Amino acid sequence: MTAEAHTPPAGGISPAKRLQMNRLGLWLFLLSETFLFGGILAARFYLWGATRPHLDQILGLSVTAMLLVSSFFINRAEVAIKHDDRIEFLRSTGITILLGLLFLVGVVGLEWRTAPVNPATGGEFGIYGDVLFFMTGMHAFHVLTGVILLGVVAYLGYKGHFHARNFYGVEAAAIYWHFVDLVWVFFYPALYLMGVAVGPGH
Amino acid sequence: MSRTSRMFLGFVVGFVAGAVLLTVMRALVGLSPLAAIPALSAGFTPFFNALAPLLSAGLLLGAVGLMLGLDPALGLARGLVGMAIGFVLGILLTHFVRLGLGLGWDAESAWVGGASLAPIGFLLGVGALSDWLKWTRGMHTPEQHGPPAGRPAWTRYFGFDQNHKVIGVQYTVTGILIMGVGGTLAMIFRTELAAVGRQFLSPDAFNTYISLHGIIMIASILLGIGGLANYLVPLMLGASDMAFPRLNGFAFWLTVPSAILIIMAIFFGGWDTGWTGYAPLSVRGPIGINFFMIGMFYFGFSSILGSLNLIVTTLKMRAPGMNLFRMPIFVWAILSTSLIQLTATQFIGLSFLMVVLERNLQMGFFNPAEGGNVILFQHLFWFYSHPAVYIFILPGLGIISELLPVFSRKPLFGYKWIALSSMAIALMGFLVWGHHMFAAGIEDALRVPFMYSTMLVAVPTGVKFFSWLGTVWRGKLFFPTPMLFVLAAIAVFLIGGLTGPPLATISTDLHLHDSYFVVGHFHATMFGGFVFPFFAALYFWFPKITGRMYNERLGQIHWALQTVGFYTMSLTMARAGLLGMRRRIVDYDPALGVEGMQLIVTIAGYIIFLGVLIGVYNLWISAKRGQVAAINPWGSRSPEWQIPSPIPEHNYAEPFEVVGDPYDYGLPGSVYVNMSPSRGAAASTPAH
Ligand code: HEM
Ligand SMILES: [Cu+2]
Repeated sequence: MTAEAHTPPAGGISPAKRLQMNRLGLWLFLLSETFLFGGILAARFYLWGATRPHLDQILGLSVTAMLLVSSFFINRAEVAIKHDDRIEFLRSTGITILLGLLFLVGVVGLEWRTAPVNPATGGEFGIYGDVLFFMTGMHAFHVLTGVILLGVVAYLGYKGHFHARNFYGVEAAAIYWHFVDLVWVFFYPALYLMGVAVGPGH
Repeated sequence: MSRTSRMFLGFVVGFVAGAVLLTVMRALVGLSPLAAIPALSAGFTPFFNALAPLLSAGLLLGAVGLMLGLDPALGLARGLVGMAIGFVLGILLTHFVRLGLGLGWDAESAWVGGASLAPIGFLLGVGALSDWLKWTRGMHTPEQHGPPAGRPAWTRYFGFDQNHKVIGVQYTVTGILIMGVGGTLAMIFRTELAAVGRQFLSPDAFNTYISLHGIIMIASILLGIGGLANYLVPLMLGASDMAFPRLNGFAFWLTVPSAILIIMAIFFGGWDTGWTGYAPLSVRGPIGINFFMIGMFYFGFSSILGSLNLIVTTLKMRAPGMNLFRMPIFVWAILSTSLIQLTATQFIGLSFLMVVLERNLQMGFFNPAEGGNVILFQHLFWFYSHPAVYIFILPGLGIISELLPVFSRKPLFGYKWIALSSMAIALMGFLVWGHHMFAAGIEDALRVPFMYSTMLVAVPTGVKFFSWLGTVWRGKLFFPTPMLFVLAAIAVFLIGGLTGPPLATISTDLHLHDSYFVVGHFHATMFGGFVFPFFAALYFWFPKITGRMYNERLGQIHWALQTVGFYTMSLTMARAGLLGMRRRIVDYDPALGVEGMQLIVTIAGYIIFLGVLIGVYNLWISAKRGQVAAINPWGSRSPEWQIPSPIPEHNYAEPFEVVGDPYDYGLPGSVYVNMSPSRGAAASTPAH
C-alpha cells in the first residue's frame, strides 16, 4: 500500500461538526429505544387492558421519586462540568449513581420479592406477574447500563478527562439517563395507577 | 513448520475438536450423541444421521483451525475462538446463577445463556470493542487508515476494519455466501416437493430447512443492502467515510456470530415454525428455536446501529451544494429504509425476546391458559416484519431509479416524486401489518381498515412505475448486463405488485392465505425488489470496485437463466396456490392436480440456482482476470465515476461541489458535480 493510504483524509471533520453528529446519533438511538419501550407498553395494554395487579404503592412512589430526583442531580453534574467545577461534578454524579442503585434495590430487591404476583411468595398470578417482571426487568436493565455508563464517566472525570471544552461524554450519559427516567414516567402509571387493581394482595 | 502443514494440522485438530464438542454438547442437552440434525430419513439414513452432525461440526471448527494455521492474527479466527469462549462462559454463568437460586442443571437455559454471550465473545475476539474499551480508560485511539501495518492487504477483509469500502465488500461477500447456503437448502426441499409422496426428507427436516431457508435469505438480503449502502452512500455524498467508522465495523461483525447462531439451530433439533416463529408453536418446539431467535435478536441490533450510522452520514456529511433534493436517488432510498430499520426492528427483537423468556422463565405472554394472548405475538412480529419487506425492496427500487437514466441517457422522470414516494412507502408501511392476520382471528373492526391502508401503499409504488416508464420513454437505450437486470427487475416486481391486492382483499385472502399464491407473491416482490437490482448493482459498480470489467457474455447468460427461471417459477407457484396448494407442507394430495406444476417449479428453481452460480463465477473470475476497465465505462454523472478505479483509500482527493441536478443526462451543458472547485474546472456530462 502506498503512503497515501496512511495519511488522514482530506477535508476532515471539524470538532463542532463531530459534536453535532454525535448528538444526532444519540438521539436516533433513543428514537429506536422509544419503539422498544412503546412496544412493551403496547403489550401491557393488550394483556392487562384496564386492570392491574395490587402493588405496594408506597414503594412505587418512593422509587419513582428517587429516579426523578436523580435526573435533577445528573443535570447539575452536567452544568458543573461545563463550568469546570470538577468537585461539584463528581458529587452530583455520585449522588445520581447512588439514587440509581437505590432504585434498582427498590424494584428488583424489594418489589420483585414482595409483589403478590411473585410465585416465590406463593402468589402465582399468571400474566400479571409476567408483564410486571418483564416491564420492570427491561427497564431495570437500562438503569443498570446507565449506572455503569455514569460510573465510567465519573471515573474519567475524576482523572481530569472532562472540562468546559470537552464534556460530550458527560452530556451523552446525562441524556441517556434522562431518557431512562422518562421511560419510567410512562411505566410507573401503567404499572401502579391505571386500571382497576385485581387479584390477590393488599 | 510450513504454512501448509500448519493449516492442515489446524484443520485436523479443529475437526476432531468439533466432533467431540458436538457429541458432548448433545449429550448435555439429552439428545443421543449420534442421532442427527433432523436429517434425511430414507435410504442411507442411519449412516447419514450419525455422520451429518459430526461432519458439520467438524468442518466448522476445522475451518477455524485452518484459519488459525493460515494466520493466527486473523480477526475472524480470533473472533470464532472468542465466540467459543463466550459460549462456555455463558453456559457456566447461567448454571451458577441457577445454582444460586436453588435450581438444578437445565440444558435449555444453559444454551440460551451460552448463545447470549457468544456474540460478545466474538466481538471481543475480532477486536470490534478494543477502541471503545480503551476509551473507558481515558485513552485516545486514532481512526485506523489503510491495511493493518506490516501485514498483507487482503487480511483487512478478514478482520475489524473501519473503511466503509472494506466493510461494504465484507457485507456483500458475506451476503452472497449466506445466499448460497439458503439457496442450497431451497434446492434440497424443492427436490423433495417435485413429486407427490415423501422422497427423502423427514417432515422435521423439511420444516427446519424451509424455516432456515426463509430466515437465511432475509439475513442475506439485509447483508446485501448493508453492502450496497456502506459502499455507495459515502461515495455518492462525497464523504471520506461513514459518520461512525468504528460503529460501522462493529455492526458488520455482529452479523457474523448472529448468522452462525441461526445456522447452529440445525444441530439442536432444528425448528419447525417457519421464518415467522409464531407462538405457541415456537414456545413448544425444539431447543433450536432459541438459537434462531437469539441470532435474529443480535442481527436486528446490528441493523439498528447500521441504519443509525447511515442516517447521520446522509444528514450531516453531504458535499457542499448537495441539498436534499440533489442527493442521488439511491441515497433517498437508503434514508427511508434506514428510518424503518432504525425503529421497527425493535419489535422483532421484542417479540422474539418474549418467546425466549416464555420458554425459559415460564412466562405466559402468549399462553391463553395463563391469561396471555397468541395474537399479541403476531401483532408485534408483523409490526416489524411488514415494514421489513419495504426494507428489502426500497434500496433495490432505488438502484432501478439510479441506473435507468444512465442507460437511457435521459433525466430521471419525476425525481422529487420518486424521492418522496420512498418516504411515503416507508411511513405507510407502518400502518398495514394487520393484512397478515386476516385469517388469524384478529378483531373484526381492524380488518377493513387494514385492507384499505394496504391498498393505499400501491399508490406510491405505482408512482415509481410511472416514473420508470417516463424515464425510458424515447430514451437512447443501450443494454449491457446491468441494464438487462434493471429491466427484468421491473418486469418481475410487477408480478409481485399485481399479486398483492388480491391478498390484501379480505374475501379473496381467506382463500389464498397460507397458500403457494403467497409464496409466489413474495418471491416476486423480493426478486424484483432486491435480487435483480442487487445483481444489476454488482455488475454496474464492479468496474469501479475492482478496476476490471466483468465478462459480458456470462453476464447475459446469468441474466437469461435467472429471468426465465424466475418468471416460470413464480407464476407457476401462484397458480398452484390458486388450486389449493398449501405452503410449508412436505407432501400434498395428488387430487389437487398440482404435481406437474410442482415439478416445473423445481426445475425452474434449479435454473435460477444455475444462473446465480454462473453470475458469482463471473464476478469471481473477472475480479482476478477481467480486462482493465475504463474509469467511467457507463458515462455516469455520479461523482464516484470521475475518480480512479479501484477507489483510493479516502475516496476524493479534495472535496467536490454539487452545482446541478444529478440526472440531467442528455441536457447539453448541464453539470452535476464540480470535481475540483479549487481549480475552477467543471466536469460536464460525459458523452456516450
Ligand atoms: C402492492 C403491494 C403489496 C400488497 C398489496 C401486498 C399484500 C400482501 C398481503 C395481504 C399478504 C398476506 C398474505 C397472506 O398471508 O394471506 C402479503 C404477504 C407477503 N408479502 Fe406482500 N404485498 C405487497 C408488496 C410486497 C412487497 C413489496 C414485499 C417485499 C418484499 C412483500 C412481501 C411479502 C411477504 C414476505 C409476505 C408473506 C409473509 C409470510 O406469511 O411469510 N409484499 N402481501
Ligand atoms: Cu405485509
